[in-house]
Amino acid sequence: MEHLKWEFDGGVNPPAPGKSPCMVGVVASSNLEVLAQPADLGGKCRFEVATTVAHFDEAWKAVFEDFMERQKPRDVIFAINDFAAIPPVVSIRLDQAWETLSAS
Amino acid sequence: MTPRISYFEASARKRINGIVDPGTFREILPPEDRRVSPHLGLFDAPVSFDDGAIIGEATVDGKPVFLFAQEGKFRGGSLGEVHASKMIGLLQRAALKKPSAVIGLFDSGGVRLEEANAGEIGATEIVRAIFETQAAGVPVIGLIGGSCGCFGGASIISCCCDTLIGSEEGRLSVSGPEVIETIMGVEAFDSRDKALVWRTTGGKNRFLFGKLARLVSDHIPDFRSAVIDVLAPRQPDSTASLRKDLASLQSRLDTYGKDTDARQIWKQMGLDAAKVPEMTPAELAAAAKKS
Repeated sequence: MEHLKWEFDGGVNPPAPGKSPCMVGVVASSNLEVLAQPADLGGKCRFEVATTVAHFDEAWKAVFEDFMERQKPRDVIFAINDFAAIPPVVSIRLDQAWETLSAS
Repeated sequence: MTPRISYFEASARKRINGIVDPGTFREILPPEDRRVSPHLGLFDAPVSFDDGAIIGEATVDGKPVFLFAQEGKFRGGSLGEVHASKMIGLLQRAALKKPSAVIGLFDSGGVRLEEANAGEIGATEIVRAIFETQAAGVPVIGLIGGSCGCFGGASIISCCCDTLIGSEEGRLSVSGPEVIETIMGVEAFDSRDKALVWRTTGGKNRFLFGKLARLVSDHIPDFRSAVIDVLAPRQPDSTASLRKDLASLQSRLDTYGKDTDARQIWKQMGLDAAKVPEMTPAELAAAAKKS
């Protein structure tokens, strides 16, 4: 297992007010779960990854940068348990989590 | 016609939301509490924030119920230490709080191999907690219709329930087909013969044997309707009811003990064995009533 952590400067979109944390996906082969938690991070977003596949730091970082760029979230912790999901699946799961968290 | 909402394919969370009254589910120890397995890390295996077990409270048809659901897609819905402890705690709480029922959504291959001892102890403690809950007058209803079916320790737990509801897709057996073949030989049970496996362990055979009280189609609203249908105060056990159960098991052995295939049993039951696999749950229930 590899444990990774990143923090990014957040965008303009906070989670919808009063939202509970949400979880999407499942830790099955080629899949992952994303727990998205609203948190006061002074506008930042944090990504915590536990993955079965080592040495893909750059790929994770690229997926998170792309996600931050597209959705512009702030003040959210995204905690991930990964079981060898490919980058597009990670992207879709992040979008799914953010869709739930940002819907008013 | 409403589109089919497959119970088999749905996640544990989606199943719960389809069984309970909309918006009433309140999860206990939700994923953000991060009660993950203390064992899987030692094996360099991934964990899940809910350890594949979701527990909580809701209403069904306006009645308060407690629920647990196993996520079959996480490590085969296996009973790990945390997973089992969540179920035990929920059942013990039910014995105190006395909801109308505890509803268990089984989807499990049995005890988690990486957590063997803790998982086995967990499974036995769940059995005891079910008995304590039942002794407090709270019925326990089990649902079986997930992709892992209900095997090993989970099957033993499920058979302690007051009522089981399942679909044809939901298989129920102590040992899996490969295990039986390994121990007893291929002539006793050919695990590659999928038709044999399904007509032996599948929901239809379990329904015809009386193990499933209700057979439903693979449609979440049908599971919900069946749950509403069986929600009733628990009938206490008595010596007479236990004797009756034992007598029915003996008579089953006397009548079908020499049979080697479910088809022979169905024929003996007076059913058209060739037609059973094509029948809808309603057709099968009607045919079983008539025979």
